[in-house]
Amino acid sequence: MPREPIELNLDLERLSILDEHGVLDTALEPDISTEMLHKLHRTMLLTRRFDERLLNLQRQGRIGTFPPVKGHEAAHLGAAAHLRPTDWMVPSFREQGALLWRGASLEQLIVYNNGFNEGGRVPQGARTLPIAVPVGSQVLHAVGLAWAAHYRGTDEVVMTFFGDGATSEGDFHEAMNFAAVYQLPVVFVCQNNHWAISIPVHKQTRTPTLAQKALAYGMPGIQVDGNDLLSVYVAAGEAVDRARSGGGPTLIECVTYRLIMHTTADDPKKYRSAEEEQAWLARDPLPRFQNYLKDKGLLGDDDVVEIEAEIETRIQQAVDKAEAWMGQPHDPLQMFEHLYGDPPPELKRHRRELADELDAAGKEAAHG
Amino acid sequence: MAKRTMVQALNLALRQEMEKDDRVIVMGEDVGVDGGVFRVTDGLIGQFGDQRVLDTPLAESAIAGMAIGMAVYGLRPVCEIQFSGFAYHSFHQLENHASRLRWRTQGGFHVPLVLRAPYGAGVRALEHHSESREAYWAHTPGLKMVIPSGPRNARALMLSAIRDPDPVIFYEPKALYRAFREEVPDEEETLPIGKARIARQGRDVTLIAYGAMLAPTLEAADMLQAEDGISAEVIDLLTISPLDDQTLADSLAKTGRAAVIHEAPRSFGAGAEIAARLMERSFYYLEAPVARITGFDIIVPLYSREKHYLPHAARIVHRVRRMLAH
Repeated sequence: MPREPIELNLDLERLSILDEHGVLDTALEPDISTEMLHKLHRTMLLTRRFDERLLNLQRQGRIGTFPPVKGHEAAHLGAAAHLRPTDWMVPSFREQGALLWRGASLEQLIVYNNGFNEGGRVPQGARTLPIAVPVGSQVLHAVGLAWAAHYRGTDEVVMTFFGDGATSEGDFHEAMNFAAVYQLPVVFVCQNNHWAISIPVHKQTRTPTLAQKALAYGMPGIQVDGNDLLSVYVAAGEAVDRARSGGGPTLIECVTYRLIMHTTADDPKKYRSAEEEQAWLARDPLPRFQNYLKDKGLLGDDDVVEIEAEIETRIQQAVDKAEAWMGQPHDPLQMFEHLYGDPPPELKRHRRELADELDAAGKEAAHG
Repeated sequence: MAKRTMVQALNLALRQEMEKDDRVIVMGEDVGVDGGVFRVTDGLIGQFGDQRVLDTPLAESAIAGMAIGMAVYGLRPVCEIQFSGFAYHSFHQLENHASRLRWRTQGGFHVPLVLRAPYGAGVRALEHHSESREAYWAHTPGLKMVIPSGPRNARALMLSAIRDPDPVIFYEPKALYRAFREEVPDEEETLPIGKARIARQGRDVTLIAYGAMLAPTLEAADMLQAEDGISAEVIDLLTISPLDDQTLADSLAKTGRAAVIHEAPRSFGAGAEIAARLMERSFYYLEAPVARITGFDIIVPLYSREKHYLPHAARIVHRVRRMLAH
């Protein structure tokens, strides 16, 4: 027969365990240890409060422009929770919760967001790449890391995060294809927050889901309620297990919403309605997860008050420490550090040029 | 005449050219409903509709590549890349196709597109939002590279860029977007691409600058006059490539000394090309080596240190004094 249907395996699921009304599908409820549930809750709350504090600092001119994360907490935290310290994480720029989960320092995040290169330092042996600003570009690095981990015969997994906008970039498609061809241990986690600055996701793609992009590349895809930490946790757990056991990559689309501006330089009123924002506020992942814990008897109102107070103190201490450090004089010549392992002669000359200028200015000030 | 910021002046240029010429299409990320993150395209979608103002998916290579197709067909696409730091994704299309389709087809096709992008430091921006990589584009044969220095010349050059028969990379100094207002006439006004402008007359030394560096250069010229009695001529390049070396050589014949000021890193930058041209054209007039007062050979540091990175008036004055002592 010259023309016949081709059989394709195009299974695609959507997963929702704890719905927006707080109704739990007990058959799908994952078995998560109490300790883990508490840790997830604390990190989620810390992420939210720290984000609020950063916004506050930015509005007071104490830090610079930054991309807030409000609304995304469950969508990345539930995934990163599966990573071992030996696994790699390749973030975009709106996964503060995952960074904190992996041990990022609040103080350093403040310093970075206030324009100090020192904020970019990573601890020895870190397996989290720095945030990536050029959209989608980091996704390929995850594939390279995974190839290397595979080459070295480890069972390490690489998890990468990106947004709905990134799925329009060539880098995303090239990464998905390579990972599938080589069956690499990558978990692609898309934070579909519906808006790439002002462009709604339906103008980013014609397809009804982003998860289905996986099928074209020959890997499993799943769409989950990204505001339900349990759904994200379950889907990511399956994907991480698959990757670790040699089953290849997975694409997870976490459907969520940016409950705030793209960056502090953005004004969402220009492109989306207050009604839409209100509707999504009702699906806020934080109270949903807290109510779940309360219903299970794992969290009381007093506990929340206590945790809030601890977090407040921790954030305040980080702000104080960061501001004390930033308030000290800083050597402008630091900017010449770390461009090369072995600085070329011309770069040393440039450094000396600025050093001489600063010396002369210092002397002038002293004599002035 | 109305006083306008550079953002408003560019908006005026786009609006007027779109009214006049239905071949002109504006495309880019957030250029429609949002009016561009800097609001350069504000209101255009309301006036011209979404067939002429395209809110594109997030894909810089696609924006440039698609613009090539539109331009070959006979349209006049004006692409916005949100920040020049994201234009490298477009580089492949511009280097491999836009710049050479005319040449490859021996004049059969040509690519009249404009790629706009805000560039430069000094606005406390995020990482990847402060670079000045004009040299990449200026180095590519077949492309033109334009950088305005104020609202009025931005508007006039934008009109010329849209009407130019070849691809024009149009870098907009974001530090100047709203820094000051200038009289910008409602009536159409163009400036030729490839022609520099004498921003200040002088006799003793020629200071060559462009974009956001023009302001500190003019300030330095005033300081040199007031403090040293040095008369500096300031040239505002406006076009990086093709370089107006005639205007530079004419000035050198008068002053015998030159300094180039740019915020891009020094090595292999515009200053290197200018110094070489002056060597070639004005060797017998030169009384001192051409000085380069530029950004250092590093990535623009995060903003707490960018004031030390960027050339400023005191640094320019200091270096010019040293050159004059030569």
